Amino acid sequence: MKALSMKQTILTFLTCALMASPVIAAESKYKAELPDHKFSFDGPFGTFDRGSLQRGFQVYKQVCSACHGMNLLSYRNLTDLGYNADEVKAIASQYTIMDGPNDEGEMFERTRKPSDRFHNPFPNEQAARYANNGAYPVDMSLIAKARKGGADYIYALLIGYEDPPEGITLSAGQHWNKYMEGNKIAMAAPLSDGIVAYEDGSPETMEQYSEDISTFLMWAAEPKLEQRKQMGVKVIIFLTIFAAIMYGVKKKLWKKLKTPT
Amino acid sequence: MGSGNRTQFENPVIEWVDSRLPVFTLMQKEYGVFPTPKNFNYFWNFGAIAMVILVTMIITGITLGMHYTAHADYAFQSVERIMRDVNFGWLIRYMHSNGASFFFIAVYIHMFRGLYYGSYKQPRELLWMLGVTIFLLMMATAFMGYVLPWGQMSFWGATVITNLFSAIPIFGESIVTFLWGGFSVDNPTLTRFYALHYLMPFVIVGVVFLHVWALHVTGSNNPMGIEPKGPQDTIPFHPYYTMKDSFGILVFLILYAAFVFFAPNALGHPDNYIPADPLVTPAHIVPEWYFLPFYAILRAITFDIGIPLTDIVLVPAKLGGVLAMFGSIAILYVLPFLDKHPHRSAVFRPWYRISIILFLINFIVLGVCGAKPAEGYWVILSQLTTVYYFAFFIVLIPLFNKFEPVEKLPPSINDAVLDPKLKADGMAKTV
Repeated sequence: MKALSMKQTILTFLTCALMASPVIAAESKYKAELPDHKFSFDGPFGTFDRGSLQRGFQVYKQVCSACHGMNLLSYRNLTDLGYNADEVKAIASQYTIMDGPNDEGEMFERTRKPSDRFHNPFPNEQAARYANNGAYPVDMSLIAKARKGGADYIYALLIGYEDPPEGITLSAGQHWNKYMEGNKIAMAAPLSDGIVAYEDGSPETMEQYSEDISTFLMWAAEPKLEQRKQMGVKVIIFLTIFAAIMYGVKKKLWKKLKTPT
Repeated sequence: MGSGNRTQFENPVIEWVDSRLPVFTLMQKEYGVFPTPKNFNYFWNFGAIAMVILVTMIITGITLGMHYTAHADYAFQSVERIMRDVNFGWLIRYMHSNGASFFFIAVYIHMFRGLYYGSYKQPRELLWMLGVTIFLLMMATAFMGYVLPWGQMSFWGATVITNLFSAIPIFGESIVTFLWGGFSVDNPTLTRFYALHYLMPFVIVGVVFLHVWALHVTGSNNPMGIEPKGPQDTIPFHPYYTMKDSFGILVFLILYAAFVFFAPNALGHPDNYIPADPLVTPAHIVPEWYFLPFYAILRAITFDIGIPLTDIVLVPAKLGGVLAMFGSIAILYVLPFLDKHPHRSAVFRPWYRISIILFLINFIVLGVCGAKPAEGYWVILSQLTTVYYFAFFIVLIPLFNKFEPVEKLPPSINDAVLDPKLKADGMAKTV
């Protein structure tokens, strides 16, 4: 009984230690509870829906990329989305980059190659702030891991715009979002029904756009997610079988100790 | 060191080596036939588990070091390159970052086992103190490692923790400047933290060696806390405990793998995926979960300590917090000399048993306080739990020395193993 209570306390200790992992929400009376959206990549067997990834990239290209860069991505990474090498080349070549110096010492502009990083909408932070009323549109490469709630948060934020409650006035360039920390956000609602024309017949709704861009951003932040989960299943199975065998070995070995020596 | 009486090996090559450098005799003596109490429970697995994680950390760490760039302008990018472009870089990094958490889980359980069963007591005082030293070195290593990705929590965590030293009177500011290598946390801080983070694990290995050496001089404690009285009480380490440890290690690795592969960022903070920015302070700066109880003790001292009825401040609140935090570890060093009760194991110490379980619960509550913003009831709760943390050592244990009844112990480990009633009663029939 004594040993048992000790085991229980250790278990409690472990659970509490894990739950106490430092995640704290600042209280705000207007902040809405984050809904748990169902994504294709959820769960231990989840994978990215390729159609959703490609649509998400399209939304990024046509909407988000007007302000947000994705510094950590190269065009070659887009093969993960299901594009072939020629398609990736074609996508990259839509943008230019300043390269050089060449053999004559001159800088020159050329089209981008698959090995180049994503085109950045602004040359530097100052230019970005100047164009956006002083606010800085963050780089989105890691945003799905850099926000509490991850993809759920992005999904909710993009559909969470509404009119501010009675008695609250927003200053110029501010918008009301029920999922934003502090509720005031500089970014105007970027999505609305029909803003992007899908080619695969998917619904052209704000919810669908939001789900697709969230999936795309999760991939951008964690491109090895599928490889990780697939390997994880194998590793856990291997370890479990190995542990079971060792348990049998240990049991058999210790059996003979039970008799008086 | 395996010298002295040596039995010959049959294999001529082994014998040739062993007669010149008795490493095989050493292994045989210390890990082969080493007499070990036969009544260990699964809490005795955590030393071996911690050892496995330490090796894992060193191997993954050296591999990460091959790809990492220790420069304020490139560190964040180089970590992301590891995650995206290095073959299995994501696996190596997640094993390393989660490995830190699981190292602390293993070591916390290992330490609590030592507390519960009185493993720190005579003659194992030095063994315990070396263990506390390992814990301290681990904390320093983990703290500096967390700075290396140069994300927001890296930067601000480093700023907060190094600033603690400024509480030291007179020399404080100079010490902080010295630690930073400048006047703020910046590139020189990062490069020296990287150098030290690379060095420290090998210091830990050295102290672990001493820890194991000391263990093999005194022999292991056991759940009953009574010394083996003869061969009937012990079994050879191999194969009995090598096999039992292997099973325990595998179970622990399953848990570890579950985090590495399915929740690799659950124990981290999302802000650390934002590159460090000296101009933007995060809303809440929190350390990694394994530091939270000590962080709570640090923040619990919210008041200056001075001479009553005067304005003279002897210990400002900040210094008080720092002293309390370091004191909470320092007190572990003197624990073996505070506890004079003749019994080791809490199994035969009813008063101690209750207060050590309360100590564990108290420690967890401290951790929760450390994660919450330092305001309102959380401050009072962290003050109360801090009081219990210290009172356990300097009030309860001395009281137990004097007043806790001394129960009768079973005559030997073997008797108790063969007749579980002896143990369950916490009483021995007189033989």
